[in-house]
Amino acid sequence: MSTPPFSTNHLLGIKDITTDDIQLIFQTADEFKDVLNRPIKKVPSLRDVTVANLFFENSTRTKLSFELAEKRLSADVINFSASSSSVNKGETLLDTVNNVLSMKVDMIVLRHPTPGAAVYLSRKVGANIINAGDGTHEHPTQALLDAFSIREKFGSVAGKKVAIIGDIKHSRVALSNIFCLQKLGAEVMVCGPPTLLQKHISSLGVQVEYDLDRALAWCDIANVLRIQLERQEIRYIPSLREYSLFYGINQERLSRLDHEITIMHPGPINRGVELHSDVADSDHSIILQQVENGVAVRMAVLYLLAGRKG
Amino acid sequence: MSSGRVILNEQKFGFTLQRMCQQLIENYHDFTDTVIVGIQDRGALLSDRIVGMLESQTKSKLTYGKLDISFHRDDYRRRDDVIAPSPTTIDFIVENKNVILIDDVLYTGRSVHAAMSALQQFGRPGRIELLVFVNRRFNRHFPIKADYQGMSVDAIDDAFVKVEWEHLNGKDQILFFEHREKKST
Repeated sequence: MSTPPFSTNHLLGIKDITTDDIQLIFQTADEFKDVLNRPIKKVPSLRDVTVANLFFENSTRTKLSFELAEKRLSADVINFSASSSSVNKGETLLDTVNNVLSMKVDMIVLRHPTPGAAVYLSRKVGANIINAGDGTHEHPTQALLDAFSIREKFGSVAGKKVAIIGDIKHSRVALSNIFCLQKLGAEVMVCGPPTLLQKHISSLGVQVEYDLDRALAWCDIANVLRIQLERQEIRYIPSLREYSLFYGINQERLSRLDHEITIMHPGPINRGVELHSDVADSDHSIILQQVENGVAVRMAVLYLLAGRKG
Repeated sequence: MSSGRVILNEQKFGFTLQRMCQQLIENYHDFTDTVIVGIQDRGALLSDRIVGMLESQTKSKLTYGKLDISFHRDDYRRRDDVIAPSPTTIDFIVENKNVILIDDVLYTGRSVHAAMSALQQFGRPGRIELLVFVNRRFNRHFPIKADYQGMSVDAIDDAFVKVEWEHLNGKDQILFFEHREKKST
């Protein structure tokens, strides 16, 4: 097929890849989604590839989604989590990864609390690196699956108005989403309490709104983020109850709008805080489609990165 | 770019297609329990034409799909580029069916091998037959041969055979290039 080749050996962030790369990932993910709906949901592409999932932070759906994507592609998979490893004995990231690589591993899926950890590793080791979230920096596969889900529902991302609502300051999902949506031609707004928005966020070319109702009235799609209590070294909001009062999305709030909007959430949802159950479980929500698309998108990323001659 | 040598002209191209259709009708009559699967991308151009002719001649609707083999190719991680997949449009299962697999050129046999692997995702076929427009006789890598062929060509490894289509290239014809790098896009 006459498509431009994938421009990178690693997926470190959306900022570093081209719009053509994103379109190629989507085109490939379309076909993997088709594979996932067949009676036999597995293809042999990565049968001679070993992937290590190195998770230095807790994760449920990203880890499961990557592992399933790897297994659907017939890769050999090893899992590592920091809590049960020698990291607790003082081993450095590079030593840990080099030890893993000496077991003939071809690809690393890395989640790490330090921003830039994936970039650092990509400069030090020979394997393909996929960033599965590095601190408050980027979470590229989440942004890709979010944009893929918007494209699936609306046919295109271009021209859509997307409001990212919640704890923007601590969110790698927000940053990757901003880069991805802008590359695909969407308009992006961020909305949250001033304490949870970066001071210079508008320099990324996004609109900034502090009033939730105005943000909802503006957007076609609301991507709702959770309050990341684990990253709040000081109190940015007086209480979860107050946050929910001002920034919690419920059906009553949506019913006041003059148009229907689509609700997304990268999970895990704090029900009753940023999103109420009557919205999370409604027809407006594509949250479970996001999870389903996550496997297809991650299969596409793995397939495109592993496919080059080593 | 130098042009290739025509080894099947427009008139014979039509006759050959017609002959292959007649052979299929002779063997499968009304195509009960028979499905046709074209291999993406170039095999599907041939299967589109064959299916159109068969449906016109048998006055019946055939079960037809297109199969992408990208995820089943054995040269993955052995090429400089990664092949982007094309859509697979098979909305039926092939369990116990006669499958007529269609590709434009049979050369090493690796595409057909990948196609048979990919087809397993849609069930266990009763029987698979292979139809190709051009059978390149030399340098087969697998014990695969065509059940129906438009023409046979003795071409060494460096040569390239291209099936051209009127709606894409302006003329139905088959070209032979002495060297692969002279392949037109």
